[in-house]
Amino acid sequence: MALYESRRRRSRIAEGLAVAATAFGLAWLVLILGVLLWEGFSGLSLAVFTQMTPPPGSAGGLLNPIAGSLVMTVIAVAIGTPLGILAGTYMAEYGRYDRLTTVVRFINDILLSAPSIVIGLFIYEVMVAQMGHFSGWAGAVSLAVIVVPVVVRTTEDMLILVPDTLREAAASIGLPRSLMIRKVAYRAARAGMVTGVLLAVARISGETAPLLFTSLNNQFWSLDLNAPVASLPVVIFQFALSPYHDWQKLAWTGALIITFAVLALSIVARTLAARKSS
Amino acid sequence: MSAVEYATPSVTRPLPAAEGLSEKVSIRDLDFFYGDNRALKGITVPLYRGRVTAFIGPSGCGKSTLLRILNRMYDLYPNQRASGHVTIDGDDILSPAQDLNLLRAKVGMVFQKPTPFPMTIYENIAFGIRLYDKLPKSEVDDRVRDALVRAALWDEVKNKLGASGLSLSGGQQQRLCIARTVAVKPEVILFDEPCSALDPISTAKIEELISELTDDYTIAIVTHNMQQAARVSDFTAFMYLGELVEFGDTSKIFTAPDDRRTQDYITGRFG
Repeated sequence: MALYESRRRRSRIAEGLAVAATAFGLAWLVLILGVLLWEGFSGLSLAVFTQMTPPPGSAGGLLNPIAGSLVMTVIAVAIGTPLGILAGTYMAEYGRYDRLTTVVRFINDILLSAPSIVIGLFIYEVMVAQMGHFSGWAGAVSLAVIVVPVVVRTTEDMLILVPDTLREAAASIGLPRSLMIRKVAYRAARAGMVTGVLLAVARISGETAPLLFTSLNNQFWSLDLNAPVASLPVVIFQFALSPYHDWQKLAWTGALIITFAVLALSIVARTLAARKSS
Repeated sequence: MSAVEYATPSVTRPLPAAEGLSEKVSIRDLDFFYGDNRALKGITVPLYRGRVTAFIGPSGCGKSTLLRILNRMYDLYPNQRASGHVTIDGDDILSPAQDLNLLRAKVGMVFQKPTPFPMTIYENIAFGIRLYDKLPKSEVDDRVRDALVRAALWDEVKNKLGASGLSLSGGQQQRLCIARTVAVKPEVILFDEPCSALDPISTAKIEELISELTDDYTIAIVTHNMQQAARVSDFTAFMYLGELVEFGDTSKIFTAPDDRRTQDYITGRFG
């Protein structure tokens, strides 16, 4: 009985610690979101979405960084998704038992957790330094390098979850492997794979470090990808560190826009994943 | 499961003469290896044209392994290999030159668990049909219908062909899989414990179906259920520890087996 009592006591202590840790973590999150809403919401106006970034002291908006971020994100996903899906497909379907797959998976995991500033520096060396100037292309490519490992990982994981019995069933009616993958495995894994791409988008939409070395920034309206392009994270970085109050205000608003865009994407991703499991 | 103290029988027992029957599939001296583990040992057995052959035996005796050789399903996995001779209508299917997709279109398979594709009921069946024949839509419709009728599923699904195959019950899903297999017009159909996940009513339907299919197909069925083997098959093969112990007329195997191990197994003394 004494043993039972002490076990119960220890269980209560562990439970209390777990609740406390959760509350601690959540408190900071709520605090961050609260401050963000408080500071950013008051700055939201139509002008934010219709006007360019202003010089200090005058009115303006965030149209050029919003457009720049959108364009570079779309290009990064357009480059990174096919590469990631093809590589993930190779690893899960064709090369599942190969040594090469183990090696690629290991390297992919390193890339997945590589600090994004390293990726920025790498693209700076191979693109910016070679071309002689910062550019939107370099920014998009550095974001694509972040997209690839995320998509590789989720594609492989989701395809491995497709039961082998389904592959055997497809093979049993004489389906060639390529058709089996496209028509059966992709279909069974679709929701999870889409979730992976959305998670990758969420990940890159907040990235600042790689863009500092690649697309840099642009005060003016420009979608010329051969020239520096503005992006929300870099503008937030620049404006938040400035001494001007109106710039700081815009930085808060930009942060709010990114946060809610990512939140919306995550909700879409979760909904898709939930639909898959039901 | 007790210690087995039988005398080693002659493995190459002469096969019973089968008057007027021709061998659709001939298996001779077949060995199979999972890595270094020899799972089948010198199996020699025929599958007679238009007949049902049941494979029985305790778990791990190699029944399913044997079945999966007949459509080279083991080729999907590394470190598995077969040696010996397996011919279908005289063609060596173990030959490296054998086209696996054509082989599998000729040798269909129904699995233990129902495996409908994640698509509509109609597509589940039309998919396999379109794979080998470019047909106008009306003809595909006809063949989908024929296959569902053959699988005794048509009346239950004719008004919801656009519904997901996964929305059907387990027994219906298994009949959908049979329809999908039949739709490709194979010559041989392999059933790998097709009823082990089903309730008795669905099981009865599937057994009935198997009996009807023998008009057009050569059938092999692996089952753990001895009554089922007795009900649906014309010939029965008893396997034990990777060897073929006895093969013969189902009625003979279940009433007067030659080997004591067969007798012990079918009377439930081990296995």
